[in-house]
Amino acid sequence: MLRINGLTKEFGGLLGLDHVSFPVPEGVIYGLIGPNGAGKTTLFNLITGTFKSTAGTVHLNNKLLTGLPPHRITQAGIGRTFQNIRIFREMNLLENVMVGMHTHLRYGLAGTLLALPSHSREEKRGRERARELLSWVSLDNKATIEAGSLSYGEQRKLELARALATEPKVLLIDEPAAGMNPAETEELMAQIIGISRRGYTILLIEHDMRLVMGVCQRIAVLNFGKLIAEGPPGEIRCNPEVIEAYLGKDV
Amino acid sequence: MIAQQLVNALTLGSVYALFALGFTLVFGVLEVMNLAHGAVFMAGAYAALVLVTKANLGIWVALPLAMLVSGALGLLIDQVVLKPLRARRAHHLMPMIATIGVGILMTNAAQGIFGTDTSRFPFGTIPEESFQVGTIRITDLQVAIVIISFVLMVLLLVILKRTRLGKAARAVAENPQTSYLLGINVEGVFRLISFTAAALGGGAGVLIGLSFNAVSPFMGQPLMPKGIAVIILGGMGDMRGAMVGGLFLGVAEVMGVAYFSSDYRDAVAFGLLFLILLVRPSGLFGRAMERKA
Amino acid sequence: MTEYLQLFWATYSTVIYTVGVHSMLALSIYLTLSCGLLSLGNAAFMGIGAYTAALATLRLGLPFGEALALGGLLPGLAALVIGIPTLRLSGVYLAMATLGFGEVVRVVFLNLEITGGSMGLSGIPMKTQLWHIVAILAVLVYGFVRLRHSKIGRAFEAIKEDETAAKVMGINITSYKLLAFVLGAILAGVAGGLNAHFTFFVSPREYGFDPAVDILTAAIFGGTGSFVGPMVGSAILAILPELLRFLKAFRLAVNGLILILVVIYLPNGIWDRKLFARFRRKGSV
Repeated sequence: MLRINGLTKEFGGLLGLDHVSFPVPEGVIYGLIGPNGAGKTTLFNLITGTFKSTAGTVHLNNKLLTGLPPHRITQAGIGRTFQNIRIFREMNLLENVMVGMHTHLRYGLAGTLLALPSHSREEKRGRERARELLSWVSLDNKATIEAGSLSYGEQRKLELARALATEPKVLLIDEPAAGMNPAETEELMAQIIGISRRGYTILLIEHDMRLVMGVCQRIAVLNFGKLIAEGPPGEIRCNPEVIEAYLGKDV
Repeated sequence: MIAQQLVNALTLGSVYALFALGFTLVFGVLEVMNLAHGAVFMAGAYAALVLVTKANLGIWVALPLAMLVSGALGLLIDQVVLKPLRARRAHHLMPMIATIGVGILMTNAAQGIFGTDTSRFPFGTIPEESFQVGTIRITDLQVAIVIISFVLMVLLLVILKRTRLGKAARAVAENPQTSYLLGINVEGVFRLISFTAAALGGGAGVLIGLSFNAVSPFMGQPLMPKGIAVIILGGMGDMRGAMVGGLFLGVAEVMGVAYFSSDYRDAVAFGLLFLILLVRPSGLFGRAMERKA
Repeated sequence: MTEYLQLFWATYSTVIYTVGVHSMLALSIYLTLSCGLLSLGNAAFMGIGAYTAALATLRLGLPFGEALALGGLLPGLAALVIGIPTLRLSGVYLAMATLGFGEVVRVVFLNLEITGGSMGLSGIPMKTQLWHIVAILAVLVYGFVRLRHSKIGRAFEAIKEDETAAKVMGINITSYKLLAFVLGAILAGVAGGLNAHFTFFVSPREYGFDPAVDILTAAIFGGTGSFVGPMVGSAILAILPELLRFLKAFRLAVNGLILILVVIYLPNGIWDRKLFARFRRKGSV
């Protein structure tokens, strides 16, 4: 479904990502792990077009994504959450999610200003869909409160709902469990599996190994910008290079 | 003929470069577009005027003192206006808007104090002598202006490159959060840079005031778009770019006035600005503009 | 009773017109601010609109409606020309480009023969009537209310809060910024046309940097949280100079002071719904 080929990113002499290639099959939960600074978020930024790649390509179902502006990549079917939460604090939850639906609401400026039926029809549909997505992350009871007043864990869930609103074919989730306690992480695991069951392909960056091993069907491991291992969780867990990367050479 | 114009262009350009350098310093290190820089420029000129007329100081003594006064003003602006906004992590347009207010306050206050008319330096303040090199006439004043501008700029660049202070400033310009974690006194750097940038701007004001023998509350206003054009031309936040850009603008303006029309003189800067934005927005020396995600 | 109204009108009609036009200008800059853009050129757009509409009436003999339409169209085109290269870059570039643009427009007006040079154009017939201003403001209010609950309004807000996140939502931020900028310019131009036809003359002085800052001050002072703020702000600031006459030259300095104080202490302006909510809570206890 998602094909990453020789993706490279140079930052003024340093290789943030070094010819990384791996395929993400449809419908799986695919994990991306590695020590801090390994290049995981850089990879996400390259896929979504936030950064321009130095070399390499990304294809989504044979459609070339590299080189397209970010909004076109999203429109092609890549959704994303951010490591350092970027919700729209001044809007309420419903509005946040509806921003995600932007491309899929079928009306324009004329429809808005002339109060054409397309506007009210699509807005209604948008609100209903937004409520539905919020219910997937158990936030529908807080739909009209301001996003800035949510707790940290709730903000992360909101980002998920909002990313889902873009109707992605592949959902990129960046460290969703950061800062969560074990109970919240359990709930998150269940929600991610639930989302996957609805048919979404997920690419997940995470540090919490229990979550990664428990949820992912395949895992890619990055270290210093290079791909050092790729396979099912069982293999990765025993891979000596992976262990070395995390724990250092003296083990 | 063209050589004579080049002399004029060099003089004007070096002062533009000095002005732009102060402006770029604040933009590069504090990440603020200080739209009060033009008012500080004007304040420097008035400070020199007052020192010469009221304290009977010679102009070459008044100049450094006027720079100190403008530097102090710059520091004041940073502490009173910009610092609270930093503490509050305000939207990035807010400091710019606030400096617009400062500029208006200062310009109109100057108008209230000194009146709207153009003031001149008393007779005898400005050196009148000149000399010939072939067919070109060069005034001592022009020489002085060019030398002072260049000395100040080179001094600044040397300090930035070679001293610990300069390295700290460059680190803060690169990434304030990391610099703070590395133990650099970020607020101290901000204070110093605000002072220095304003001092340079004020100095430029004095030099322009001498060059045209005209000091008015509005003298800084046409300079703001020019300063902006220069830093875009040279590359945002790049010191060498500001200098080269300033010189380039001086040449373009003087040549434009000499060979086309003097009416549209102030528009030259914008024309250049626009051209650069179309062709190469990162300017001559600018780094590529990828921002963190 | 009608005599009293007539007297009131005779004395205050100009002030009311001025407040109306300033409200439009404040709304024009609000439109760009609501997208996170700072345009310092709205006075220049107003000037282009004023001169265009005036010339259309004086030299081409066009009816008022068409003159106004032209007065809105030309600034819109200018905004398109400036906006397309600058808006794909960071917002600071737009602020700077519009600052420079304002200067250029002022210089051009000062020097072109067709615009009457430093004397400007005079003898413009009185064509603006109260209903024009009220009608246009009503349409604007309606437009803003509709925008607020639409994908376009949400897109503006998203861009203002976080451009990176907005892009990832599939929003083409450059197009939307351009939309806000051009619409703002058209609005400023129409306001200029209206202004020219009740002040009887236009001069380059009215459309430079200072008026641009006045408009910005009014919008920020009023508050950019909603479209009501700028209207309230410009109403108050239009009347303020009358009250502050005693300050003479320092009167304009007050504008600068207001800008500084509002940015630091009242970042959401005076029309701040959260501020009101806090007052209401305090009052009820």
